[in-house]
Amino acid sequence: MRRDPRSTTLVQPQDIGAALAAHTSPATPYLGGGTTLVDLVQLGHAPPEQFVHLGKLEGPFTSIRVDEDEFVLGAGVRMADAARHPELVRTVPALVDALRMAASPQIREIATLGGNVMQRTRCPYFRDPHARCHKRAPESGCDAIGGDTRGLAILGTSEHCVANYAGDFAVALVALQARIETRTRSGETRTRPVAGLHRRPEATPWHETELEEGELITALRVPRVAGRRSVFVKARDRASYAFALASCAAAVTLDDAGRIHSATLALGGLATVPWPCPSASAFLVGRTIDADVAAEAAALCIPDQVTDARRAFAVELGRRVVRRALLDLGR
Amino acid sequence: MTVELDVNGEVHTLDVPALTPLLDVLRESLGLVGAKRGCGHGQCGACTVLVDGRRVLSCLQLAATVDGAVRTIEGLGEPDALHPLQQAFIDEDAFQCGYCTPGQIMSGVALIASGEATDDATIREAMSGNLCRCGAYPGICRAIARVAQETP
Repeated sequence: MRRDPRSTTLVQPQDIGAALAAHTSPATPYLGGGTTLVDLVQLGHAPPEQFVHLGKLEGPFTSIRVDEDEFVLGAGVRMADAARHPELVRTVPALVDALRMAASPQIREIATLGGNVMQRTRCPYFRDPHARCHKRAPESGCDAIGGDTRGLAILGTSEHCVANYAGDFAVALVALQARIETRTRSGETRTRPVAGLHRRPEATPWHETELEEGELITALRVPRVAGRRSVFVKARDRASYAFALASCAAAVTLDDAGRIHSATLALGGLATVPWPCPSASAFLVGRTIDADVAAEAAALCIPDQVTDARRAFAVELGRRVVRRALLDLGR
Repeated sequence: MTVELDVNGEVHTLDVPALTPLLDVLRESLGLVGAKRGCGHGQCGACTVLVDGRRVLSCLQLAATVDGAVRTIEGLGEPDALHPLQQAFIDEDAFQCGYCTPGQIMSGVALIASGEATDDATIREAMSGNLCRCGAYPGICRAIARVAQETP
């Protein structure tokens, strides 16, 4: 029987140890700004037994530290505050633009970086509690496949799920080769690449990340790279306040002759997870960016045509977004 | 659970379910009906209020998680001494039905205070979290631009 939302409780631990201890089961999720989880409860999703609200945590959890070789962004930092940080603005445009082009100004003022990375899909069949969805109810089926798939994934899908990862920030983090730092319930600190944090649906769409039960995101670590250029390009139905149909984060360093020394590309909007493009990234090394190079890289990013007519447009749109990102970098 | 809120300078202690959004506390417990439930999902901005000067969506922010002083449209200006932005909304024809207007004004107040209301394109982008189905956008932007220019 569905829990009555009025019975849900909320605790506000004062430190990370208390937060970890309060997370005793999947029914006691962490709560950042609430812009995903409160929204889902309002939509009629099953409310949790208890929210472990992270708003009282202080110190590194809510700070941005500029170390010599990396930025350490506390998971509790608000999106708007990170987007205004002068050194990030100056040196990591892909990250700042991915934050600024996400959501709306009001959402960015309360949404946290850790919560943003963990955001749930915007697939309408996930959000609608009356539709069949493996993510909401494992093994129950998928009404999206064969339904309105226009805004859903063309990469990383399975026969069980085509829900796309809708966020921008994690796409930029992948292109910047950022790492995510966590604390497990047993007190261990772990650091892993953001790329690979999210799992493709395969046969278990409900298993969305590599995090253990109760594992708390504490920071995002973004390498500082001298001379790195980065860009984030986002194509969507509205000029603002809309999720990506297709997005691309790209980061390169150039040699003295203007040729690419290193490159990392990642796609958003089009895939079930923030999507790294290793073939395209490798292809770019040693080349100078021009229209032909950009076009070939874009085709390597998104090689397939799709058979679902509703999503066929996304192949060309995605490639154009990649080309735009690379040409912007080359200027 | 017990929630203590500072709203427009007055402190209230309430007992509400943990999942109660700030919007519901404002409207139903405190009788402050200026903030509106336009969508209930953080997609329209009609519920925008300020918390320590930050514009937030009161329909998604749980009352129990509010950390700071809340300011609503009722806390802005007086009926016979309007806030400059309220006056500008009248002068620039920045509303029709008025439903989105409290959220627009609170959002605009925060934008002007941030110093980022510099030109029309920037104002439009920075106000994109507030929808207006009557289409009063040009007047809203003119009102904000005018007050931003007049604000030191």
